Amino acid sequence: MKTPKHPISEKEVSHLAELARLELSGKDVTEMRLHLNKILDYFKMIDEVDTEGISPTYHVFDLVNVLRDDTPHSPESKDLLENVPKKKGRYIKAPRMI
Amino acid sequence: MSSESKKIKIGLEVHCQLTSLKTKLFCNSPSDYREKPPNTNICPVCIGTPGSLPVLNRNALNYATMVASSLNFEIMSHMIFFRKNYFYPDMSKNFQITQYDRAGGVPFAINGYILLNDGRKIRLGRMQLEEDPAKISYDGTIESSSETYVDYNRAGIALIEIVTEPDLESPSDAREFLNKLSSILEHLNVLDLGLEGSVRCDANISHRGGKRVEIKNISSFKEVERALNFEMTRQKSLASKGISVSQETRHWDDVRRITISLRLKEEEQDYRYFPETDLVPVTLSETFIEKINHDMPELPKEREIRFQQEYNHSSEIARVLVKDKYLADYSEKAAKESIAPREVGILLAVNLPPFLNEIGKDLKSLDVAPEHFAELADMISKGEVSRRSAKTIFLEMLKTGQKPRNIFDKKGLDVISDSKSIEDIVTKIFKDNPEAVKDAAKDTKAINFLLGKIMQETQGRVDPSIATKLVKQKLSVQ
Amino acid sequence: MTARILDIPVWEVVKKIANQEISSEDYISETLERIQKIDPKINAYITVIKEASLDKALELDKQIRQGKTVGRLAGLPIAIKDSICVKNIKNTCGSRMLENFVAPYNATVADKIIREDGIIIGKTNLDEFAMGTSTEHSYFGATRNPWDSSKVPGGSSGGSAASIASFEAALALGSDTGGSIRSPASFCSVVGLKPTYGAVSRYGLVSYSNSLEQIGPIARDVRSTAILMDCINGHDIRDSTSKNTVPQRFADIFKNTVKNLKIGVPNEFFGEGVQKEVHKSIWNVIHKIEKLGFHYEKTTLPLVKYALPAYYIIAMSEASSNLARYDGLRYGFNVLKNNLNWNTTFSKNRRNGFGDEVRQRIMLGTYTLSAGYFDQYYLKAQKIRTLIKQDFDRAFKKFDILVVPSMPILPFALGEKLNDPLSLYMCDINTVPANLAGIPSISIPCGLSSGLPIGVQIMAPPFREDLLFKAGYLFEENVTIDKSVGEFTNV
Ligand SMILES: [Mg+2]
Ligand SMILES: [Zn+2]
Repeated sequence: MKTPKHPISEKEVSHLAELARLELSGKDVTEMRLHLNKILDYFKMIDEVDTEGISPTYHVFDLVNVLRDDTPHSPESKDLLENVPKKKGRYIKAPRMI
Repeated sequence: MSSESKKIKIGLEVHCQLTSLKTKLFCNSPSDYREKPPNTNICPVCIGTPGSLPVLNRNALNYATMVASSLNFEIMSHMIFFRKNYFYPDMSKNFQITQYDRAGGVPFAINGYILLNDGRKIRLGRMQLEEDPAKISYDGTIESSSETYVDYNRAGIALIEIVTEPDLESPSDAREFLNKLSSILEHLNVLDLGLEGSVRCDANISHRGGKRVEIKNISSFKEVERALNFEMTRQKSLASKGISVSQETRHWDDVRRITISLRLKEEEQDYRYFPETDLVPVTLSETFIEKINHDMPELPKEREIRFQQEYNHSSEIARVLVKDKYLADYSEKAAKESIAPREVGILLAVNLPPFLNEIGKDLKSLDVAPEHFAELADMISKGEVSRRSAKTIFLEMLKTGQKPRNIFDKKGLDVISDSKSIEDIVTKIFKDNPEAVKDAAKDTKAINFLLGKIMQETQGRVDPSIATKLVKQKLSVQ
Repeated sequence: MTARILDIPVWEVVKKIANQEISSEDYISETLERIQKIDPKINAYITVIKEASLDKALELDKQIRQGKTVGRLAGLPIAIKDSICVKNIKNTCGSRMLENFVAPYNATVADKIIREDGIIIGKTNLDEFAMGTSTEHSYFGATRNPWDSSKVPGGSSGGSAASIASFEAALALGSDTGGSIRSPASFCSVVGLKPTYGAVSRYGLVSYSNSLEQIGPIARDVRSTAILMDCINGHDIRDSTSKNTVPQRFADIFKNTVKNLKIGVPNEFFGEGVQKEVHKSIWNVIHKIEKLGFHYEKTTLPLVKYALPAYYIIAMSEASSNLARYDGLRYGFNVLKNNLNWNTTFSKNRRNGFGDEVRQRIMLGTYTLSAGYFDQYYLKAQKIRTLIKQDFDRAFKKFDILVVPSMPILPFALGEKLNDPLSLYMCDINTVPANLAGIPSISIPCGLSSGLPIGVQIMAPPFREDLLFKAGYLFEENVTIDKSVGEFTNV
């Protein structure tokens, strides 16, 4: 079966950008769509492989049950706040919700 | 069960913090974040600093296994964690590490249940282990606040999520269910329900096969019944006006005690779940689960049976006592001190709740020792006080915290048992109420008036059966 | 070449510093001078740590004079890729997003280097968030190939490899997600090792694709590479995926020369995309080794043909999630405008903080994980990963090592592939299979063509880095390459 040449529409690109929280201008969307489709066309190549009955490899080696003891460390908060762009006292400032 | 309420379907999604853990789910930051200054209880892992990696808390696994086991869940033997991807200012990584039931994933456990008192089974579809997000605060309300403040102290706290099937048929079912769940969790010692925000609930409710409404942001179990009642009434009233309920997510405003539609743009949720490969799979062997079961603390159901056997409580009383672990522990202390544990049960399960209800307090906040209840129960069982006097002592004891014996001594509430004294009182009452005596002679129902007067006069210290006998005797000779 | 101390093999230098033949102060000073002189042309570094490095060198020299025992990296200037956290030093990941981000903690590998008295001399340039094969996608400008500054150095650890090739550091750390150590090692004619997944702690490495990547050493020769690997490998409780075994020791394995090596040469790595010159150079090495009495056999790993798309699907999927945390709240680029809501603010921060290639990969990864496409792309790719791993398992039943070209082509001109991402992705065709299978792989210089470096790649079964070092040393000893550094040799 021949795969469609351009699997993603501009509408889909805009939707993806919303999901990924990336602001795209109209021109960005057009350009992005072109690039994405080229690459997705290439990805289509994997359709050739028969993976019936094959389980996915999420973890490449068979480590299991790596656990740590429930022992508290003193928190390391001091340096962590140094990188915060906007603070109010010790709160990290975020924009309004609505 | 009225046919009307049967038409209601309620499902709950409960999030419980495992507050008894000493550290967060994936890092060694302490779990007692409450009351700490903002953003002091954090480390690179729970604030999502680039390059940091999660490592699973061993005890979280133990606790989750205990919870799953005690809620009759089938625990999965092999599981992996997943990332749930969505952006929100309370997320330190903009994904939540949780579990998932597709793409090779399984929840922590499936197919659990809790039985209600009438034997109905509330099915628990799944249970999973996941991390808590941070806490956002506002200047005023979420709608009006021009900026918001994020505190990551809570971020990464271990949560278990329990999801019921829509098997609950009324808001009071939901209350009963949550009481049972709470008591089990408290008996397991995995969580302190008294801690603010330790349990949170989302509820969905549909009425007469209508659209499903989801209520978010219910911040304690107590609020659930309220929120559901409000929503049920709202839906019924819409239905009665012929307006159909729309499928939506509403927020519970616990100040105004109403559900509100925030009219947020309901974006299409696509969480793009996929495996969290910074964590390796977890396998739970049968031996491990057996060991956890073996070491499991006594559960409410077992305790209920033991209470009946050990303290001679009726099944109804035993059930009320184990509904709340604090009450159960308290009653057990009192029962152990008493020669009449059955009386202790009655005092705590029957007499106490209406009193607490009236004053709007709970047992914990009263300054009354379990021994006081034991003493009172003993006095009742020995016949030193009548039930009516006992009630007076009981109320005095709860209000003042004094020992029952002291109240008794001060008030002179001992039972008047010698027949001469009782006869004198009866004579006095006959003399004071000649009309009533005439009536009583004609109509036996009027005897009750005279008996009431006697009880009033003696503050209930005479045995009603003796008084009745004497009154009848005296009437017959008149 | 004049007898500079920088020309002495690093594995010897470390001994000479310890026995006071060379002072760390001199070695560090010369390195810093060289950085000052040539880095403006190469741009290997984003941050150079001058004073603290010299102070540390003086302190170490003093300790050595006093007869104190010092660590195994004592006095060596070590460059670290700018996606690996070093406490109190900027960790930009080559991105505007993290332009001002100061690492609040040490990566485990940084801790280990410091414990062994290595001197972290700077943080090296990379493709933004390690996404690239040419080190052109850096907010801080491209790094140039020390052999020919009109060419790319490979990537994404291009800064690390270039710093080694141009004698701007003794040893360097890179990270390899789909070839990001081996590609620049090959293009810059240095040695670069991608360890077995789980051999080196990833704690402190900013994730691009966390199920594929490893931190690894880069050096000018095999023995020096082994010294650094010696110090950084081993279990770390902070990385759940790190293998719970005692650290391996490699520095001493060069005493005995290797006698038996069953060598496999898989066809799929010599496909049509592989340039003639590269072919020739690799076969030249194989034939030399054959003459020494080692037998090779051609073999096939049929599913490797699908490694590249499978790799990119997995890497982009993971990247889309790993890079979600950059919203500007806790760290990073923030537009700092009051009147915007959180959603718009996040979108603006991410739009402006990330470069084109990163944005594009996030978009693709978002797509391949999204409802409706997950099975078709992400899940399918992970299944193909299983098949590729099985191919390698089968091959390693028969062979000790597999020998292939590291890069299919010679270093290309800066800008040449910038507008054609797909042709850039194709450069990773021979390196990504090792990442998918989690196996160790090393790139060793094996020749020059028109003055441009070519690297040979050796792959071994999991946790058999020892085989790579032994074989690599054998190759290195028997292949004569002009080790001068192109146009910068006599600077
Ligand atoms: Mg949840
Ligand atoms: Zn933490």
